[in-house]
Amino acid sequence: MNQPSNRFSVSIQTQDFDVSAELAALRADQPGVGAVCSFVGTVRGGHGLSRMALEHYPGMTERSIEAMMQEAQQRFDMQGARVIHRVGDLAIGDQIVLVAVTSAHRGQSFQACEFLMDYLKTQAPFWKKETTDSGAHWVDARSSDDAALARWGIQKTNSK
Amino acid sequence: MNITLRYFASIREALGTGSETWHTETTNLAALRDELIARGGAYAERLSRERPVRMALNQDLCEESAALSEGAEVALFPPVTGG
Repeated sequence: MNQPSNRFSVSIQTQDFDVSAELAALRADQPGVGAVCSFVGTVRGGHGLSRMALEHYPGMTERSIEAMMQEAQQRFDMQGARVIHRVGDLAIGDQIVLVAVTSAHRGQSFQACEFLMDYLKTQAPFWKKETTDSGAHWVDARSSDDAALARWGIQKTNSK
Repeated sequence: MNITLRYFASIREALGTGSETWHTETTNLAALRDELIARGGAYAERLSRERPVRMALNQDLCEESAALSEGAEVALFPPVTGG
């Protein structure tokens, strides 16, 4: 990858992550950073949910998110980015994903963070399986997520 | 040529395997998918043209027009739902 140092990194892991520590590391020794924007996705309870399992495609997952970061760097003036996505068994309230971006001013961070998340939702090979009162079932992809990516001028259909 | 097939999530469960070696004379992903459908049973049911199936060639999402080559890794999976 032709990205500078480790200011752009991806981790796929079973263990939890510490958002504060990740954000501090992302902007450490970066005096030009004036904005840090982050998104954390968590396991949402309700609808009888008791637990969730996340499967992924090892190798392709990292590769696809690194490609997204390169695409984001073409579009936004980012100084760094960190993506962490958990896999394996998760409980209600657990953290699933972190997308964090640094930039000089807030606008680029806000946009890059949302772009990366929209891209990840429909292009990175993860699959959620929920266990609910009515049994275990794979989560269906949503066309609204395709629409979210389309806002950025990217027409890629996932849900159909 | 020999290729490696990978299956994930609901497709992996329906087919009862996550990976297999496959010999094919097909030249692109569309023809390969049709060949797998022709195996019948769970393959025909789960890889049906009526269902949304995404394909990756050597770990890149691809259109089914993408060309196959010896030793390729082809993955078939349902729409992704991470994040």
